[in-house]
Amino acid sequence: MTVQGQARPAKPLKAPKPPKPTGPAARLREFVTPEGVDLRLRIGDAGERAAAFILDVVFLFGAILVLWIVLVLVFSAFRLTGQKDMADAAEVVWVLGFFLLSNAYFIVLELTPRAATFGKRIMGLRVASRDGGRLTAEAVFARNAMREIEIFLPLQFIAASIGSVVDPIDGWLALLGFGWSLGFAFFPLFNRDRLRVGDFVAGTWVVKAPKERLSIDLLDAVEAGRAQFAFTPEQAGAYGIKELHVLEDVLRRRDRKTMAAVATRIRGKIGWHAADGESDLAFLSAYYAALRGRLETRLLFGHRRKDKFDTA
Amino acid sequence: MKDLQLKSQRFRAEREWDWRRLDGLLQRVEQRSAASLSDEELLAIPVLYRSALSSLSVARATSLDHNLIDYLESLSTRAYFFVYGARSRLRERLASFFMETWPASVKSLWRETLVSLAISVVATIVGYVLVMQDPGWFNAFVGQGLSAGRDPTATTKFLHDTLYDTAAAKQPLALLASEIFTNNAGVAIWAFALGFAFCIPTIFLLIQNGLMLGAFLALYISRGLGFELGGWLLIHGATELFAIVLGGAAGLRVGWNVIFPGDRTRLDAAATAGRSAAGVLAGVVIMLLFAGLLEGFARQLINTDWIRYAIAGATLTIWLAYFYLPRPKRSGA
Repeated sequence: MTVQGQARPAKPLKAPKPPKPTGPAARLREFVTPEGVDLRLRIGDAGERAAAFILDVVFLFGAILVLWIVLVLVFSAFRLTGQKDMADAAEVVWVLGFFLLSNAYFIVLELTPRAATFGKRIMGLRVASRDGGRLTAEAVFARNAMREIEIFLPLQFIAASIGSVVDPIDGWLALLGFGWSLGFAFFPLFNRDRLRVGDFVAGTWVVKAPKERLSIDLLDAVEAGRAQFAFTPEQAGAYGIKELHVLEDVLRRRDRKTMAAVATRIRGKIGWHAADGESDLAFLSAYYAALRGRLETRLLFGHRRKDKFDTA
Repeated sequence: MKDLQLKSQRFRAEREWDWRRLDGLLQRVEQRSAASLSDEELLAIPVLYRSALSSLSVARATSLDHNLIDYLESLSTRAYFFVYGARSRLRERLASFFMETWPASVKSLWRETLVSLAISVVATIVGYVLVMQDPGWFNAFVGQGLSAGRDPTATTKFLHDTLYDTAAAKQPLALLASEIFTNNAGVAIWAFALGFAFCIPTIFLLIQNGLMLGAFLALYISRGLGFELGGWLLIHGATELFAIVLGGAAGLRVGWNVIFPGDRTRLDAAATAGRSAAGVLAGVVIMLLFAGLLEGFARQLINTDWIRYAIAGATLTIWLAYFYLPRPKRSGA
């Protein structure tokens, strides 16, 4: 099992830095299951995390507002009818309910099998233990208790600076404190895995939990017109895996204009003369089948041709 | 029967049914719960999970169908989280928390607890000595809002009355108790979280708390009300002060391990420390719930000093026994 940050080999002096991966590849993390297969988890990026948190805050405020409105109605109803005990009970429910909602919302939802609050579910995120083990209740508790210094500490300093407009020294102190506390709030931006302070302390991270749908195998679609398209080995071998995946995307999206453009490019490259009434879709499907067949056969023999420039 | 040209195409046709079955089962688990599956289906998931994993390995090596590989990665990940995720029920989780996790984590924090206790005691003594020498210190240690008239200028009669419920209960007791609880629990979580900033804010909070306690002690003892204050304070304080000391200890554990991770990486050290400290913290919140009830109800209803002391002694004994008495190991554990 991989543990982030473990077994970091000592860097030799003046070793050239490997180029930083960019784009989606930069967020892929090796995550080997006990069965020895790397699941290649993608960690949630800062934007997704922030969006999920904002959604959660909105939901939480909504729930608290509803609780408040209901209890104010109940409270005034009891007051008007003179049942003081019941009115007091409503007040107790408010004090405890507010505390429970604001503290339990994150914890309870992250302890469910989905391991995600509603905001995270919408953003397709979930919490996971960094060491690949179980997500324990302690970890969930720890990561959410830390929110105190990530969110409420900066807010408190803002409140303090607003409250101290009369005293410039207090104001500057509050500003200083605010700057210091922002370090906690923006902690996720300063590390590779977008860990917030809570994740750091709880040994968790937030990963994408996308639900991919299995669509049809594009090869199934071409069975009918196979005979019509007989590509020579040179024609079928004009491209590599990268181009194959682009072609796959084009075929799955089925945008008429793109298909026409791509078909023209490929016909030009392989020197294919379109027969009368040959549709772009049929041509592209057939070429996809031929290219994939050729590349996969070579794959079985150990040649993985990256792209069209790869001549190995 | 279609004739399938490519190996990857045949591979998919042979296994697709299993994938879809696993997909359907996971769907039901995620939307409802594990309880919605029959025993047979529950047992099928790990088997299907392993076959999906092996399909993924094969697909990565032999297939160039992008969508298929993405699908298998996502399916295996979902199944992984189910198979290796926590599935125990709430009741079992709670039982194991009270039977094992809580006392064990408190016990494992004994060093930090002693430090936290020592800081509190020293601060209390300092607060006491300073206020005894010069009552002017009192206002420096105790905020105006908190003292509510209980300061060196107050009459002894007034101070005596604040300890016994003569006219104090303007508020309903349940409300008082719940407000005390939520406030204290908030402070405890706060102390834990601040521990991350290299222990310093946590120590500061403990010192502040100790100074305040010392100042009150000095004020009441100087008026000959020391014994009475003790009963008033300890009936809930035995639980509450203990909880504060433990909360401080949890914060210290986290901060200390962030500064001095030892031979582990800082990430690992923080994670292990954070988890054990969080177990203590969850317990602290429960203790504060008790303390709130004792403070809100028992203190207002019981005005006899020795009963207050008796309750204080009993609660402290129970907590100490619960946390620190050696307990028989469960067989197989």
